[in-house]
Amino acid sequence: MNIIERYDAMDYAAAPESRAEADAWLAARDLTKSLFIAGEWKAAQSGKTFSVLEPSNGAVLAEISEAGSADVAAAVAAASKALPKWQKAGGYARARVLYAIGRAMQRNARLFAVLESIDNGKPIRESRDIDVPLAIRHFIHHAGWAQRLDKEFPDHAAVGIAGQIIPWNFPLLMLAWKIAPALAAGCTVVLKPAEFTPLTAILFSEICEHAGVPKGVVNIVHGGPEAGEAIVNHPDIDKIAFTGSSEVGKIIRRATAGSGKKLSLELGGKSAFIVFEDADLDSAVEGLVDGIWFNQGQVCCAGSRLLVQEGIAGAFLAKVKTRMSRLRLGDPLDKNTDIGPLVDTTQLERVSGLVAQGAKQGATCWQPDNELPGSGWYFRPTLAMDVAPANILAQEEVFGPVLAAMTFRNTAEAIELANNTRYGLAASVWSENINLALHAAPQLKAGVIWINGTNMFDAACGFGGYRESGFGREGGREGMFEYLALKSKPSSPIKEKAEGKAEEPVSADFIDRTPKLFIGGKQVRPDSNYAYRVYDAKGRLAGEAGLGNRKDIREAVAAARKCTAWPSATAFNRAQVLYFLGENLSVRADEFAARLTSLSGVSAKAARAEVDASVERLFAAAGMADKFEGSVHQPPSRTVTLALHEPVGTLGVVLPDQNPLLGFICTVAPALALGNNVVAIPSERWPLIATDLYQIIETSDVPAGAVNIVTGRSGELARVLARHDDLDGLWVIGDRDTCKTVELESAGNLKRVWTTNGRLPDWDAGEGALDPMLRRSVEVKNVWVPYGD
Amino acid sequence: MIRNPGMPLDLGVLEAMRAVNRSALERRVATLAKRRSIKGDNQAAWLLRSISVMDLTTLNSDDTPERVRRLCAKARNPLRPDLVDALGLRKRPIRPAAVCVYHPFVATAVEAVKGTGIHVAAVSTAFPHGLSPLATRIAEIRASVADGADEIDVVIPRGLVYEARWQELYDEVKAFREACGEAHLKVILGTGDLSTLRNVMLASMVSMMAGADFIKTSTGKEPVNATLPVGLTMVRAIRAYLELTGYRIGFKPAGGISTAKASLDWLVLMKEELGRRWLEPDLFRFGASSLLTDIERQLEHHLTGRYSANYRHAMA
Repeated sequence: MNIIERYDAMDYAAAPESRAEADAWLAARDLTKSLFIAGEWKAAQSGKTFSVLEPSNGAVLAEISEAGSADVAAAVAAASKALPKWQKAGGYARARVLYAIGRAMQRNARLFAVLESIDNGKPIRESRDIDVPLAIRHFIHHAGWAQRLDKEFPDHAAVGIAGQIIPWNFPLLMLAWKIAPALAAGCTVVLKPAEFTPLTAILFSEICEHAGVPKGVVNIVHGGPEAGEAIVNHPDIDKIAFTGSSEVGKIIRRATAGSGKKLSLELGGKSAFIVFEDADLDSAVEGLVDGIWFNQGQVCCAGSRLLVQEGIAGAFLAKVKTRMSRLRLGDPLDKNTDIGPLVDTTQLERVSGLVAQGAKQGATCWQPDNELPGSGWYFRPTLAMDVAPANILAQEEVFGPVLAAMTFRNTAEAIELANNTRYGLAASVWSENINLALHAAPQLKAGVIWINGTNMFDAACGFGGYRESGFGREGGREGMFEYLALKSKPSSPIKEKAEGKAEEPVSADFIDRTPKLFIGGKQVRPDSNYAYRVYDAKGRLAGEAGLGNRKDIREAVAAARKCTAWPSATAFNRAQVLYFLGENLSVRADEFAARLTSLSGVSAKAARAEVDASVERLFAAAGMADKFEGSVHQPPSRTVTLALHEPVGTLGVVLPDQNPLLGFICTVAPALALGNNVVAIPSERWPLIATDLYQIIETSDVPAGAVNIVTGRSGELARVLARHDDLDGLWVIGDRDTCKTVELESAGNLKRVWTTNGRLPDWDAGEGALDPMLRRSVEVKNVWVPYGD
Repeated sequence: MIRNPGMPLDLGVLEAMRAVNRSALERRVATLAKRRSIKGDNQAAWLLRSISVMDLTTLNSDDTPERVRRLCAKARNPLRPDLVDALGLRKRPIRPAAVCVYHPFVATAVEAVKGTGIHVAAVSTAFPHGLSPLATRIAEIRASVADGADEIDVVIPRGLVYEARWQELYDEVKAFREACGEAHLKVILGTGDLSTLRNVMLASMVSMMAGADFIKTSTGKEPVNATLPVGLTMVRAIRAYLELTGYRIGFKPAGGISTAKASLDWLVLMKEELGRRWLEPDLFRFGASSLLTDIERQLEHHLTGRYSANYRHAMA
C-alpha cells in the first residue's frame, strides 16, 4: 500500500515490538540447565527436559530442564541451609535486596515484557503496561514491609521455607506476588513456575544472581506435576502458597492435611460483573473489555458473568457487541493487538468445548467476525446470552474470552445471582449511585469488589477469595501474615480422652437435670434421643448430656445460617451483648468455678482463675468488637480501597477437654465479636460447663442462631462439620487425627480451617491469644472505589 | 450526508445521559493511545489525515488581513513541495479542511482560498464568552455568512449550563442554526469552563438536539483546552445522538493540540469510539494553529530519517 492508499483506508497496520533482544537472550542460554538452586544453574538430575511452545505459532521456544523430586529436594535443602542466615540478616538487609530486585526488574522491564508475551501469548500492551510494572511495584512495596517487620508484626517471625506453585496466566506477576512477601517476611523460597511459561522466571533468577540475593534464598525449579507434588509433600516445607485451579487447590488441601504446613490458595473464580440501570453504560462496556477480554479471559478474577438490569439489557448488550467487533486478535507482540492466542492448544480445546456445551444447554453464543491470524491458538471473544443459572457457562470457570450474560430485576436479585456460585474471588459493581454501590459491595461474597472498575490490583491491597476461590490474601498487611508465624508455639498435647470409672449413687437432694442441645436459640433434644453419661474427676456420674449427631449439626448450621441479626448487628451492639455475657457469667462465677472443680478436678483456685479469665476474655473480645476494623488503602491511582473486615460467616468450633470454659470463651467470644455465627462442639468429656452456659446466653440478648452448641462425640461431630459445605470456617482444637481429618474433609468447599494439629494452644500467648483469634474471625474484603467528578 | 435537523428538547433523554464516570473515562483514554500504535508509512498517512481534518486557525486580537492571507497561503500549500513529491501527493493535494478566523477577516479568507475547496469558518456569537445580547450574536452570524463564511463556530454562554437553563440553551443554539442557513454550525461548549464531564455531556446533547452540525470543545481561550476525557465524553454523546436519531454529528476538539503524536491519539479515539466514518472532514476537525508545523517535521523525518527543525518549514 502506498501512502495515499493508507490515507484512504485509515486502517491499523502491524506495529510489532521487536523481539530481537528476547531472541538473543534465548539463544545465549542453555536452558536445559535452568533450575536455579542454591544460586547455581542446574540441569535436572534425571536429565529430563520439556519443550516450551510459543502460543502464537506453536513453535518450540526452548527446552527447559524438568525438575523431579530429587531436584526439589535439593532446592529445599538449599532453602533450608539459607534460612537461618537470611532471617538473621534482619529487615533492613532484606529490604535492600527487595529494592535491588525491583530496580533491576525496572532496568530489564522491556525484556521481561517481550519474553512474557512470547511465552504466554498475552498482548505486549498488557505485559508492558500491567504485568511488569505491577510485579516491580510488588517488590519495592515489600521492601518496606521487610524493614518494618518487627514493629508491624510483633511476636511474629518467618514461617520458614515457602513452597510456591504459580500458574501460567501471569507468570511474572504471580512470581512477584509469591516471592516478594516471602522474602520480606524472612522466608526462603522454592518456587515452581508453570510448565507452559517458565521464561520470565529464568530471567528473574538471573536478576537474583546479581541483586544480592544470598544463595539458596530463592530457588526456582521448573517442571510439571511431579515437581509440584514434591513441593507440596516435602516435609521440610513450612508453607505452601498455590495459585491455580480450584481442582488442584483441593488436591493440595488434602495432601497437606495433618502436615502442619501453612497454606494459602488463590484459585478459580466466576466473578460477577453487575451493571445497574444508572451506570455509565459506555464505561461499563470498557470495563468488560478489561474484565473478560483482558489476557484472553485467562484471569482468575475475570468478570465472566455479566449481570445486567433488565431495563437496560438490550441497549447494553448491543453496545457490548459493537465493542467486541472492534477487538483485534493478533500477534501478541503487535502493539495493536487486543486479544492474543490462548496459552496452549489444550486450553483452546477446553474453551471451545465449554462454549459448545453451553450452547447445547441453551445459551446463544455470539461471536464477532473479527479476523483471526492464520496460526496460533486463538479463540474469538464470545458473548453467551440466554444463559440460565444452571448453564455450564454460568457455573464453571471457562478461563477464556467468554462472557455469560444474565439479567436481573432489582438489587436483591442481582446480589443473589452474583452469590449463586461456589466461587467468590471478585465482583464489579457499576452504578453512578454511590449509595447503591456501597450497599451492594458488602453483600457480595467475594474477596475483591471493584466499583465502576475492574481488574485493579496493587501491592498494598490484599487479593484473594471467599468460598472455593481459596483462602489467604496476597498483598498488603494481610498478605504478610501468610508468611509469618507466631513465635510462641503451642507445646502441650491434647490429652487423650478418659472414661469415667465407678458410679456412685446420687445424693438425696439431687434434682434431675436434662441438658439438651442449644440450637437456634432454643434448648432442643438431640435428634437421636440418646444421651451420654458425664463423669466427674472422681469418676462419679455428674449428669447426662445430649448425644448430638449429624442431623443436629445440620440443624445447628442451618440455624446459624438463618441468623442474619448477628452479622448485621452494629459492632457496638455486639460489644454490648458480649459485655452482658461477661456480666452474667461473673454473677454466676462461684457456681461455674464449683462446677469446674467438681467436673475436672482442678483446684478451687484454678477453677476460679479460669472463670475470671473467661469473664476477662469476654470483656476483651467485647472491647475489640468495634475496634478490630479494616483499613483504607490509597493505591497509586485516584482510588480509595476499603479493606473491610467481614465475618467469615458460619463458624464451627471444636473444643478440647482442657479448660472447658476458658477454651470455649477464648474461641467463641472473638468469633462472635466480629459477627460470626458459631456452631460449637464443647468439651466431650465435660460438656456440662457448656450446657450451663445456655441460661447465660439466653439472658444476654444473643440473637437466636448466633451461638449453637451441640454436645456429643467431638471427633465425629468435627468430621460432620468439616464435610458440611454450608459452613464457612472451622476451628478444631483436638487430637492429631481429628485435625488431619477435618483438614482433609474441608477440601469439599475449602472452608477456612484452623487446627492446632494435636496441640493445646496457650490462651494467653501465641495462636490462642485474642489477636490471632480476631484475625482468623474475619475475611478481608478489598472494595476499590475510584473517584473523581 | 443529511444535515442534522435537530429534535425537540427532550429532558428525559438528558436525564438518562447524566451517568458519566470520570475515573472510568480517564482509564479508557489512558489506555486508548497505548492500545493502538501508528508507525511507519501508516503514521505518515495518518498525519496527512490530521492535516486534512484541520481547521487552520488564527484567533488573535492582533490579527490583520495580511496575517490571515499568510494563514490561507499556508492552507493552500501546507507541505513543502519536496515532501509533497516524496509522499506521492502531487495529484492528490492534501490540505486543511478550513481556515478559521474572526469575522472581520472572513472576506479576506474567502478570497484567499478561492478555488481550493478549503472552507472558511468564522468564530461568532461574542466569541469566546458568548455574553452579548442574543440579537447581536445572531446578527454576527448573519454578517459572517453574508461575507462568505460557510462554517460558523458559535460559543454557548456557559452560565446556562451551570443554571441548567436547558430550554434557553436549546433555543439559542436553534436560533444560531437558523441564522447560519446553509453554513454549517459548530457549537463550542467551552468545556474548560464546565467543570464536570457530566456538564459536557448534557451541553453536548442539548446542542445536538438544537441542530448543531458539529460540537466543539473549546475556544482555545479557556484555562483548559481539549482533553481526551472531554473528547471521549463528547464522542459518546455523538454516538448516543446517532442511536437516538440516526443523524451523524461532527466533532471538533480545539485548543492545545499541537503535536503530531497528540493528533494521532485523537484520530485513534475517533476510529475506536465512532469508527472510520468519523475520520472524514465532514465529521471531524481539529482546531489548531501550530499543529501543522509539527506534522511537517514528522513527515520530513519519516522520509529522511533525520529530525527536522521548525524553521525548515514555511510558517503560517
